[in-house]
Amino acid sequence: MGAGHAHPLYLDRAGRVHRLAAEVKIVAVLLFTIVVVLTPPTSFWAFLGYFVLLAAVSVAAAIPPLWLLKRATIELPFVLLAVALPFLGHGERVDWLGMSLSIEGLHGAWNIFAKGTLGVLASLMLAATTTMRDLILGLDRLRVPSVFTQIATFMLRYIDVLADDARRMRIARLSRGYDPRFLWQVKAFAVGVGSLFLRSYERGERVYLAMVSRGYTGRLPHVARDRAPAGQWAVSAALPIVSAGIAIAAAVLA
Amino acid sequence: MDAQAMHIANGIVNGPVSAIFVVVAVAVLAVCVVKARADLDDRLAPMAGLVAAFIFAVQMLNFQVLPGVSGHLLGGTLAVILVGPWVGALCVSTVLIVQCLLFADGGLTAIGLNITNMALLGTAAGYLLVAGLLRVLPKNPGGLGVTAFIASVVSVVVASQGFVLEYALGGTTQLSLPWISGTMAGTHVLIGIGEGLIAATTVATVARVRPDLVYALRRFRKPVVLEEAAA
Repeated sequence: MGAGHAHPLYLDRAGRVHRLAAEVKIVAVLLFTIVVVLTPPTSFWAFLGYFVLLAAVSVAAAIPPLWLLKRATIELPFVLLAVALPFLGHGERVDWLGMSLSIEGLHGAWNIFAKGTLGVLASLMLAATTTMRDLILGLDRLRVPSVFTQIATFMLRYIDVLADDARRMRIARLSRGYDPRFLWQVKAFAVGVGSLFLRSYERGERVYLAMVSRGYTGRLPHVARDRAPAGQWAVSAALPIVSAGIAIAAAVLA
Repeated sequence: MDAQAMHIANGIVNGPVSAIFVVVAVAVLAVCVVKARADLDDRLAPMAGLVAAFIFAVQMLNFQVLPGVSGHLLGGTLAVILVGPWVGALCVSTVLIVQCLLFADGGLTAIGLNITNMALLGTAAGYLLVAGLLRVLPKNPGGLGVTAFIASVVSVVVASQGFVLEYALGGTTQLSLPWISGTMAGTHVLIGIGEGLIAATTVATVARVRPDLVYALRRFRKPVVLEEAAA
């Protein structure tokens, strides 16, 4: 619990990107994704440029490429959709290896694949370099309404509470010699879900009251510095600015 | 072939339509924030956090329905019953934003679409059904469970059709709409049943043990009159 509430995608490194303030990274990734989505799917060079750009960032962030690729498989369902498109699409068709493929479908598939992959990679890098606590502080500094940051703070605290309680209940059940695993034993699971919720709520309520009695007013205290220095904004602005440059260059050259 | 295998990714729906739905989502969420402020007291704040955490955990369960077709629980109805429509919509949106930023689940530019479908459409449908059904069904744990089940199934299907609407407005590829609509609805009826069972058992347990925590029953609670004050 004391370890800063790391999440499964967080990669504890001492990279340069890890040291940037969270709000700076959120804005950079958001702008980069917007540039990517606005790029017409036919400017293939632009997408290659974005990919090289992200690779450069991952080197600066000390994220191993294999780690990124493994996590990027979350995107697979969309890739499957993309693979189906050339076969299902309408309009002009080409023959390739004896298969009749729709050109429009091919463009559509490329569009989904390229933009989806770049977006997932950018988000993964944000996740790998930012702890949950930093992310919430960053959102708070970006003037996200405090209701959101409050709910998110509790959510992140209570995920641990839920997981711990679930583990305890499972051990208690096992130690009483009961291990429901078949469909007709589903009642045990259902009752378990309900009481898990209640137990976690009561534990969570105590956590909340403890926080309130220690002066919690709905915002996490700002510890080190209040705002990201201008230098960090300048460094991370490189990502959206270079990507916009690539997009414009591709449009001019095409 | 499902957009909610994970949430809608970047590049599935074109830029202008995505932007329109970001505006829609921000506008409706702003209303929710204002309304939620009145609701969010000492009891509801931790409850909202727990509901969000619960939805977060539940959304991790992906149902494999057909090869390549999967979907997950949305949790909007559960949120509506336990914390009310305004805070409920905020809970689901918070989950979606955190998943998008920390788990790369759902595109950053599609956040407006995802919030509109799952946090706004799904929650609104769930709330209307819960409010309507509780007028006729008994206001006890059993009645609340049945309400939660029906409202979950309908709200999940409504949310999935939100994607069909967005796709019709700005899909970047051409697939036949009736086919998408049918596939999405079919998949999500199954998901809705799973979601309904989880929501129903959770809500019924909470209503049995701590009825004071159930937002949907607040309206039906008799005001407490202290005997000394009455005397």
